[in-house]
Amino acid sequence: LAPWIPVVGLEIHAQISSNSKLFSGSQVQFAAPPNSLVSFFDASLPGTLPVLNRRCVEAAVMTGLALNCSINKKSLFDRKHYFYADLPAGYQITQQRVPIAVNGSLSYSLYIDNKMSQMVTKTVRIKQIQLEQDSGKSLHDDARSQTLVDLNRAGVGLMEVVMEPDLCCGEEAAAAVRELQLILQTLGSSQAVMAEGQLRVDANVSVHHPGEPYGVRTEVKNINSIRFLAKAVDYEIQRQIEELENGGTVLNETRAFDSKLGCTVPMRDKEGKQDYRFMPEPNLPPLILYDAKSLPANMNHQQVINIDWIHERLPDLPSVKREKLVEQYGILPEHSFTLLNEDGLAEFFESVVKQTQMKPKKVIGWILNDLLSYLKQHSLTVKESPVSSFLLADLLKLLEKKEISSTAAKRVLAELWKGEGKTPLEIVKEQKLELLQDQKELEQICQAVIDGQQNE
Amino acid sequence: AALKDGLRSQVSAALKEGRVTPTELCQRCLALIRSTKFLNAYITVAEETALKQAEESEERYKRGQPLGILDGIPIAVKDNFNTAGIETTCASNMLKGYISPYNATVVQKLLDQGAVLLGKTNLDEFAMGSGSTDGVFGPVRNPWSYSKQYKEKSVPKSHSEDEESNWVITGGSSGGSAAAVSSFTCFAAIGSDTGGSTRNPAAHCGVVGLKPTYGLISRHGLIPLVNSMDVPGILTRCVDDAAVLLGSLAGHDPKDSTTIQDDFKPFELPNLTDVSKLSVGIPKEYHAPGLSSEILALWSKAADLFKNAGAKVVEVSLPHTHYSIVCYHVLCTAEVASNMARFDGLEYGHRSAMKDSTESMYAATRREGFNDVVRGRILSGNYFLLKRNYEKYFVKAQKVRRLIADDFVKVFRSGVDILLTPTTLSDAAPYTEFIQEDNRTRSAQDDILTQAANMAGLPAINVPTALSERGLPVGLQFIGRSFQEKQLLTVAKWFEKQVQFPVIQLEEVKRHDSGVFQHQKSASFS
Repeated sequence: LAPWIPVVGLEIHAQISSNSKLFSGSQVQFAAPPNSLVSFFDASLPGTLPVLNRRCVEAAVMTGLALNCSINKKSLFDRKHYFYADLPAGYQITQQRVPIAVNGSLSYSLYIDNKMSQMVTKTVRIKQIQLEQDSGKSLHDDARSQTLVDLNRAGVGLMEVVMEPDLCCGEEAAAAVRELQLILQTLGSSQAVMAEGQLRVDANVSVHHPGEPYGVRTEVKNINSIRFLAKAVDYEIQRQIEELENGGTVLNETRAFDSKLGCTVPMRDKEGKQDYRFMPEPNLPPLILYDAKSLPANMNHQQVINIDWIHERLPDLPSVKREKLVEQYGILPEHSFTLLNEDGLAEFFESVVKQTQMKPKKVIGWILNDLLSYLKQHSLTVKESPVSSFLLADLLKLLEKKEISSTAAKRVLAELWKGEGKTPLEIVKEQKLELLQDQKELEQICQAVIDGQQNE
Repeated sequence: AALKDGLRSQVSAALKEGRVTPTELCQRCLALIRSTKFLNAYITVAEETALKQAEESEERYKRGQPLGILDGIPIAVKDNFNTAGIETTCASNMLKGYISPYNATVVQKLLDQGAVLLGKTNLDEFAMGSGSTDGVFGPVRNPWSYSKQYKEKSVPKSHSEDEESNWVITGGSSGGSAAAVSSFTCFAAIGSDTGGSTRNPAAHCGVVGLKPTYGLISRHGLIPLVNSMDVPGILTRCVDDAAVLLGSLAGHDPKDSTTIQDDFKPFELPNLTDVSKLSVGIPKEYHAPGLSSEILALWSKAADLFKNAGAKVVEVSLPHTHYSIVCYHVLCTAEVASNMARFDGLEYGHRSAMKDSTESMYAATRREGFNDVVRGRILSGNYFLLKRNYEKYFVKAQKVRRLIADDFVKVFRSGVDILLTPTTLSDAAPYTEFIQEDNRTRSAQDDILTQAANMAGLPAINVPTALSERGLPVGLQFIGRSFQEKQLLTVAKWFEKQVQFPVIQLEEVKRHDSGVFQHQKSASFS
């Protein structure tokens, strides 16, 4: 059978981390009482007009720069029309003709095999980043045949990141999205927490034989975590291959990922292709951005955004942070990935290293093998760890000074997890885990054991 | 002081000096509104709040601390501007009973300066039309229908057939505002102008109608027809008053991103005496098909007036004028289709009882809430915005719009300061005749002389010029350069003084103003 080449392209919506919405002054907040964060404009009251939020533009510029994009010094806003209960104006304001950033790239890494022994770096091209409004939420109450509409989210700023179809499987998709998530969180342009809807991923999937044109693609929506993203993509690839190998066809449709069943299903209300009747947004002039060269002398600085100024102030991106960790502490690249992958873990590690004499290369083992596995087992975040970096550092100091064995250290750590407030030293004394240094004492104990054996 | 008085010159002084109080003024206007109810100029009369505002104004005058020229002055506002606590209907079933929670910026500015808001005036539904005949509250009647001047000239077939069937339209879509000013029920009114909706009724009702430069006055709170062409319009009885209103309304509004950032300085109009440095352009394309011989003659006479006074009068060409109707049709309907998408009955306004599904509720709500004119434009607009049609129609129309705007740029660059054109093709038609043609046809015909200024974003003003053979007002239009309202109004004021347009002689006004109604004067008091 001829091999199949899967093609995966992602469209990612990241909610911008800002105090107020993209075009109005109402607050942005998760899980507020329904319809408590809705301005007149958000409710589409007639006669209201959009006013662009500066912070949202800065967030998009930062993100574009971090993803190696060209920032368009002039970008435009458009209306995308469709009728839906969660879209009060009957159109969404987006950037269809000329978005704010184009032609970037995202580098991500993944393990080359299941053994997690070696990492390989790949790149996915970023087609564009556009600013657009989020919609409200509608909840269908079938029991009472009604739809409940909550407009709190309507009008919140989104950055839509469109990737070229350079990915080939679920694992790549997951790794790329994870890296994007870390970048956004580092920049602060989005908190990018998928569970809170701050990062939403739609996957476009198709398969084809080598040398043949791309196959028909389906769009997979309703993916709520990175883990499900990998599953959904892989399932869909498999489904399409089976369909085609059985003589069937792939429909150009939208499918939802059902996380309980682990499969994709056709979505109910998408009937045929929608014509969105795009039209320029007449109430917003073109968005003009400047750089150091083009910035006019007499410009009021409150009114302009200087791309170079933002560029100079970008924080270290995850890839840079990882390099620094590897260089500074002599740990493996794979280690640096894991450190950055857990919120707060890198800081924890560095804190411990500072407090002990133990080589970072050894500390990392305790962090990644012991601490992390405990955290995972109990579904805790680093912040929630009952063992603080101080406690762990104390413990490792004892180990480094050879006052306890590493086996004993593990037992102490287990005790520390109970979070009873005891220090490592106290636990060691309690459980009599001190390493005996005295030669004579050791000989006596050994002799006693041998004697004991002989008596049986 | 008389209800006919000019703001700056008479009324303001009278208020300051205590010769008349704001409450007296307000009550007289309200009484006149009541007795001219048959005009149907007002949809909502806000009697209680108006009197309260008048009382507050009176307090300020007593303390010697009026907020400005507009303090205590009764004003009317077209019913497509949001007014907090007062119904805003756009003359549509869709918004019947809709009470907005906020004031449009122009309304807020007026209130902040102490103006007294008498009520909301009638219009074509959602400002679509050129007659003010197609709103759900019925048509507006032109006050001149009841004037001595018109009655003298009209020959009724039978006695019963006189006023009831002979009345003429106001023009539109700001007919209610124009009628309100024309019949003295207020000193100034706010309208809107998208293709001529302020200037057209101003011409038919014999009042000054100013369309400011796009971007000068905030549209925040104006329920939009065509966002890229709409402007708030000013209707007054003399040019000086229009300048006063302009001064109080113009300027950047952070809530409207299409207003310009530059500072606006209100100005007083100089009394121009020497027009020898003025160059007036007469665009030959404005000799449009259907232009009445009467108006043509008047236009010519006006051109001569300038020439004889020493101004340079030249014929100019705006070659793309005749494309403006179709261009406007495409762009207007496209924006209408988009702007009306929000009316779904979900958050506000009319909601149909149909409950089978969200979609069926939307469809029924929109069918029930909108009249044929609105629905027709939505359908057209959606057609033009379809992906397969977008380039052919919308983009093409935008290009044509650019050509139309460039016509003006070229002419103004060639040394012409101002353009002089007719405002309407003829005087006001009788209602029975007007409704013979459908709204679309009428709008297409009537807007030809006024549309281009909206396409180009230029300021333009109607100045009442003379009475027609039928005893009805005819106005002429001046079009100026972008943001050169001062020059535009200065020339308009000079012209107004030359033509001495007669005051309307209305029975009702006579009754209310008895004792003060002295003699016929021109609308501009020097």
